[in-house]
Amino acid sequence: MFYREAGDFKTSYQEDSQTFPIKFDRYRYYVVLALAFLVVPFVVNDYWANAILLPFLIYSIAAIGLNILVGYCGQVSLGTGGFMAVGAYACYKLMTSFPEMSMFIHVLLAGGITALVCIAFGLPSLRIKGFYLAVATLAAQFFLVWLFNRVPWFYNYSASGQISAPERDVFGIIITGPNAPAWATYLFSLIFLAFCALIARNLTRGTVGRSWMAIRDMDIAAEIIGVNPLKAKLSAFGVSGFFIGVSGALFFSVYLGAVEVGEAFGINKSFLVLFMVIIGGLGSIFGSFAGAAFLVLLPVVLKVVGVDVLGWPTDIVAHIQLVIVGALIVIFLIAEPHGIAQLWRVAKEKLRLWPFPH
Amino acid sequence: MKMKLTTLALGAVMAAGPAMADLVFPSLSYRTGPYAAGGIPFADGYADYFTLVNERDGGINGVKAKVIECETGYNTEKGVECYEATKGEGALVYQPLSTGITYQLIPKVTADGIPLHTMGYGRTSAANGEVFSNVFNYPANYWDGASGIINYLLEENGGDLNGKKISLLFHNSAYGKEPIRTLEELSKKHGFTLSTLPVDHPGQEQKSQWLQIRRDRPDFVIMWGWGVMNQVAIQEAANTRYPMENFIGVWWSGAEHDVMSAGDKANGYKAVTFHGVGRDFPVFDDMQSYVVDKGLAAGAGDQVGNVLYNRGMYAAMLAVEAAKTAQEIHGTNDITPAMMRDGMEALEMPEARMSALGMPYFGPSFNVSCENHGGPGLVGMTQWDASAKTWNLISDFAPSDRDVIQPLIEEDSMAYAKENNIETGCK
Repeated sequence: MFYREAGDFKTSYQEDSQTFPIKFDRYRYYVVLALAFLVVPFVVNDYWANAILLPFLIYSIAAIGLNILVGYCGQVSLGTGGFMAVGAYACYKLMTSFPEMSMFIHVLLAGGITALVCIAFGLPSLRIKGFYLAVATLAAQFFLVWLFNRVPWFYNYSASGQISAPERDVFGIIITGPNAPAWATYLFSLIFLAFCALIARNLTRGTVGRSWMAIRDMDIAAEIIGVNPLKAKLSAFGVSGFFIGVSGALFFSVYLGAVEVGEAFGINKSFLVLFMVIIGGLGSIFGSFAGAAFLVLLPVVLKVVGVDVLGWPTDIVAHIQLVIVGALIVIFLIAEPHGIAQLWRVAKEKLRLWPFPH
Repeated sequence: MKMKLTTLALGAVMAAGPAMADLVFPSLSYRTGPYAAGGIPFADGYADYFTLVNERDGGINGVKAKVIECETGYNTEKGVECYEATKGEGALVYQPLSTGITYQLIPKVTADGIPLHTMGYGRTSAANGEVFSNVFNYPANYWDGASGIINYLLEENGGDLNGKKISLLFHNSAYGKEPIRTLEELSKKHGFTLSTLPVDHPGQEQKSQWLQIRRDRPDFVIMWGWGVMNQVAIQEAANTRYPMENFIGVWWSGAEHDVMSAGDKANGYKAVTFHGVGRDFPVFDDMQSYVVDKGLAAGAGDQVGNVLYNRGMYAAMLAVEAAKTAQEIHGTNDITPAMMRDGMEALEMPEARMSALGMPYFGPSFNVSCENHGGPGLVGMTQWDASAKTWNLISDFAPSDRDVIQPLIEEDSMAYAKENNIETGCK
């Protein structure tokens, strides 16, 4: 009733295999895109951009990246924080070495560099899998953080070891630094998110994505039917690394502006992005968005309700927040192990039949 | 899902809009997380002093002070969120008590025109007010601390540290790395050898570092620690029987909770400081009668007189005095952040003013100027008495070696100005 496909006929294979085959779904998607691109930039203020929208957009990119690796290709990774750090430091080195270049190019190159690093650390995946691979990528996490702390070249020999983003622009519009307007930082991140989501969606629908999923479901069987595990696994690491690198670069340059590697890209970051993927839904692009929104917004909402509305002490709210987020994660995984994406799918099914379920 | 949550958050934000009449002092506190032991007493002291001013004096020249507390957990992302959430409410000055958050906020406050006061932490070269117009780090900064420790050691050793071995045990973060440059310069000047031992966050694992100290047998160990790292280091020092009187911490490594867990073995441990310790000041009588006895104390109310409580109180006192200065300069009691900045830049803290506030010799006398946002950098030394369970000030507030520090401040701040295209100079 609310969600119907009556009269929505497909007359060609192309129409049948598009991303949003149901007309209503497709138009809703266009409306969301139009809102995000054409309305939000005009109403966004500093608080909304810096505290809610930017982290949501940037974590969504990271979650898409990790989802490709873990959700689509089945290669468990705990190195996300380290790979985000690679993106951030690559972006920093590029920004300071080539100040005249556009931020777009810096962020894309940072993603490319991270992809190469990610492929290098993905090499062990050809021999090991599951928990053992998780431990290998965990080693990458610790190694990369240690490296960026240890080698002064990465932070341009600054006394404190921090990197801070200088002011850079795109077509004359300031994107990084404190003078960047909220709408510009938001739009810049949104463009990258839209671009990454589009690429990820189309990759996962095509040959490459099918070979990833074959490897995930059963690698030996995949090999027998002609999937090259080397190509499939390393391409997953590469693509995933690219997205995570882009998110790391944005996280540093656009969102925070200054970063200390151990604090910003520690093991906690790896877990956070992994939780986003698991809660949102493994193997789903929408799930990456939903998971990022859930884990970025929930603490803010709980804080606003607890401190500003109810007037509780801040430390009590912070502790309650930990309890609630933890409990919700547990409840979620018991009630719906496939994440928010699956809940959404089920809701859509129900709405299509409502009010006459069979 | 997303839309629902955002609309909910929007509604909640709107419902919590404040009245704009008071002078707003946000407190980016951390009462949770690995550094809470230090964050709680500081936040309590900061809040209690404003309560005292409101209760005793009826506010700052008649305008009530309002403290908005926002929990950061020492996490920079949450710190940014707290900053964005509170800056619209007329926040006069930010004191984040975290080097990481300070680095995030320096460019943001400069763009927004709000002053930032990082007392004894943050970016040391922010002392150069010609570059960092909105950042203040009086009365002392990290490099004063490092130099103060070396000056103290020079005094103890008859003015000669030639051939001595000094180890720096530091938190492997921006905070811990700050003193290295200064100590390197000082080692060149005074001829001691410096070895650096990084300890990773949060600092519970220090076995290998202490093994190295045991092997090297340095004459002195300097510590740049925070949170649980301090307790572990002092315990390890006791275990390796390192002589406590040769073990000196910076001011963030010298509070009660750092030494208590090691018991009697921590006796004699030293830490440098830039303000008074203990509660033998008249202001604490007022604090007792106007705040604690009335049940208005922040937190559990059990921190009064602790080292970090005093520091929080000192920070609040300086903020109040700067606000009064700003009110005087601009001839209005309802000051804006920009006026507050002027007040901080024109702040004078002579001994007479501190005595009048019931805090005689609580900190060094100093003036702030446009060129120097860092004050004179007078530091003293404290020592822990384990049997009496008190910190005692064992030396006067003495000047640091500005001949070494000033060029370093120049160099670092100019590099920042160049990187960020900042026009230097005083307006």
